[in-house]
Amino acid sequence: MSRRREDIVIIGGGPAGLAAALAAREAGIRKVLILERDKELGGILNQCIHNGFGLHTFKEELTGPEYAEKYIQMVLEQQIPYMTNAMVTGIEVLENNDKCVTAMNKEDRLVEITAKAVILAMGCRERPRGALNIPGTRPAGIYSAGTAQYYVNMEGRMPGKEVVILGSGDIGLIMARRMVLEGAKVHCVAELRPYSGGLKRNIVQCLEDFDIPLYLSTTVSEIHGKERVEAVTLTRVDEHGVPISGSEWRVPCDTLLLSCGLIPENELTIGLGAQMDAKTGGPVVSEHLECSVPGVFACGNVLHVHELVDHVSAEAEKAGRFASEYVLASESKTCKSEVADASERREEGWE
Amino acid sequence: MKQYDVIVIGAGVIGCAIARELSRRERRIAVLERASDICEGTSKANSGIVHAGHDAMPGTMKARMNVLGNARMETLSKELDFPFRRNGSLVIMFEQEDILKLEELKARGEANGVQGLELLTPRQVWEREPNISREIAGALYAPTGGIVCTFGLTIALAENAVVNGVDFFLNHEVTEIIPPAKGAGSIAIGGYRVTAAGTQFEAPVVINAAGVCADLIHNMVSERKIKIVPRRGEYRLMDKNSGSMVDSTIFQLPSRLGKGILVTPTVHGNLLVGPTAEDIPDKEDVATTAEGVRKVMEMGAKSVPNLDGRQTITSFAGLRAHLVTEESKGSDFLIEEVADAKGFFDVAGIESPGLTAAPAIGEYVAELVNRAYPAPEKADFVSVRKGIPSMANATDEQRRILISKNPSYANVICRCELVTEGEIVEAIHRPLGATTLDGVKRRTRAGMGRCQSGFCSPKVVDILARELDVDKSVITKNGTYKGNQNSNILTGYTKGWQPKGEDNGKDVLKSSEKEVDYE
Repeated sequence: MSRRREDIVIIGGGPAGLAAALAAREAGIRKVLILERDKELGGILNQCIHNGFGLHTFKEELTGPEYAEKYIQMVLEQQIPYMTNAMVTGIEVLENNDKCVTAMNKEDRLVEITAKAVILAMGCRERPRGALNIPGTRPAGIYSAGTAQYYVNMEGRMPGKEVVILGSGDIGLIMARRMVLEGAKVHCVAELRPYSGGLKRNIVQCLEDFDIPLYLSTTVSEIHGKERVEAVTLTRVDEHGVPISGSEWRVPCDTLLLSCGLIPENELTIGLGAQMDAKTGGPVVSEHLECSVPGVFACGNVLHVHELVDHVSAEAEKAGRFASEYVLASESKTCKSEVADASERREEGWE
Repeated sequence: MKQYDVIVIGAGVIGCAIARELSRRERRIAVLERASDICEGTSKANSGIVHAGHDAMPGTMKARMNVLGNARMETLSKELDFPFRRNGSLVIMFEQEDILKLEELKARGEANGVQGLELLTPRQVWEREPNISREIAGALYAPTGGIVCTFGLTIALAENAVVNGVDFFLNHEVTEIIPPAKGAGSIAIGGYRVTAAGTQFEAPVVINAAGVCADLIHNMVSERKIKIVPRRGEYRLMDKNSGSMVDSTIFQLPSRLGKGILVTPTVHGNLLVGPTAEDIPDKEDVATTAEGVRKVMEMGAKSVPNLDGRQTITSFAGLRAHLVTEESKGSDFLIEEVADAKGFFDVAGIESPGLTAAPAIGEYVAELVNRAYPAPEKADFVSVRKGIPSMANATDEQRRILISKNPSYANVICRCELVTEGEIVEAIHRPLGATTLDGVKRRTRAGMGRCQSGFCSPKVVDILARELDVDKSVITKNGTYKGNQNSNILTGYTKGWQPKGEDNGKDVLKSSEKEVDYE
């Protein structure tokens, strides 16, 4: 097991983690480390190849990978170290209030990182079929919209040809257009609520422009097909979301994409014992974006799901600054000899 | 014609248990399974309960096999390294008037040989299980009740059978059985000729462990027809957040309101609620229904009122193989040599408590066969098997050792259940290794967590394709007995798809051939 010592460890190398790291470096923190579980930095932006990113942050319209690339370049210029393919398995608070982050990957194997502050930037995940309790069979051909997006945009593979999309979240809308552009037939998008959860521009540009019907107050009440999806039954729902009997119709398809909400990914946060907010699904934070566990900060979609990545970046910058202030304040509290010791240890460190 | 001494039809928990027990003797054994993997039928979709044994009527096979199977489970779990926990069970009642029924259940259990049964007052129940309803009037406590990983048990039995020389034929649906020809004096000539997937097998002994299809198999050789009705049960599996709501398995005493729903922790720390019971005509219909999953929740909340439906991570249904008998009540396991088909053994109607009973049924059937068709004991029988190491369950020190031996144990693929590349690769290369996403899932738990494989499925597809040396377009969710090609994850390529540097030319060639198949 290798050990290293940092001032700030950032968990997640997506837009939140990258912006937080840059802000921390700018605030004068030397020892910053980003831990990313994917094989490269950038997070979910890497698979969001559509445009519409960066209007606030960069005053220009970028694709997801372009937006990510700008931050990645800055991180490289600042020589901020990062580990990829690295999964964090736990965070512990030590007696002296430092945090011990355990991570692992193939190259570095098990690594224990001690840090004064931790910034949580793990993002969110999609709500799966099981959590939606859609009755019927459990064949192949049911994907969360993001998983389908990964197959199409990252791997050049099609997850299906005849598609129905449940949920009108932005990823679902974007994927409706994407699947059509790649030659699939998208029969419709069904949305349980009487309104769409997606951005207006996505409804226009991804559905209306492609003549894809959006059925509001409609849900999938049954999935058919033993091996691969063969059809879904759509049903109108009343104002309480309860299916209206007799309103069902069957749509033959081989694929059902789900875009039914995002859930902040807070397993590590909960493991730390941080106080959680039932409404956002994220940790409760102070005006300094600090969790109930001192020295642990949160930003981006792990805190609450944001509409625009630009907002994530802005919030993460703040988290980076606040975490830096925390580190600098705790350093000034420490007596000088200890600081000397610590810097000596750093020299011998893992890097 | 493939010659064997014994053919076992069905690679569920019963077929695998029997094959393993039979492999203690010197004999050639074949297991024929219609699905592309073991543990694909009822064995993969049940409560995972090791019943104490108070439900079945004294004197029945169910009672005998249940209590014996329960007693065997702990030793077997150590021998074959699968998850098992004796967590105890409670049968709760809601009406004081039901006390007579509860006492009857206790007396029945004692007659069956169940140890340690105890009637508890509501207060005693709440001390043990604080989340149980305040409405209860009492409970029957069975300390020997337990929970088991139903996949773990079945796969362990099968892997150990393979190590002991048993041949498994997957994707081999039995379509015909021709009984031995009768010679002079009605002496059988040759064995049963069994056709599966176009291949002929022959053996003097056939074991029918075909689950919900055991009637179809039986009726191929016997004039005394039997009928098995699939009795569907729907379940909800809840997030690990809810896993500690109860520690014991909580049954409801059957009452005028129905048979009741159980709430139990699983060996992996989830909470399982179910099952419903509904006789259906289709032997493959494992669809869930809106009504079913709603009822599961409603009934489960009677036992544990704080049950939170939003914690559901998946719902599923399984089919019990319910044997319809003429007396039409109290149907029992049918485990015997068929009267008009010497050498043909039925192991049919194995509904609850079949999973519990599996180790005992394996032993019992082996005894029946050994008596009629003796064979010498195998000197080199391997009784132990080691499971795939689990990073999730490992201590820090164990993790360090695993990773130092093989760094791919540090490459996390399934974040929810903490399953690594090392575990998945091992699952693929073990005896009867995984070939599908579901196969990997049942062997390693990759994809079983709260995100239900949204994150890990592309990675698992990649590893499967790499390890099996195929293009990922042929990887399926689960194989099917019809030919393994209909549950593909991917259906083709995007318009601009170009082979990547890491894809070799062979894959590209293959893929263009496959494109044609899909069109």
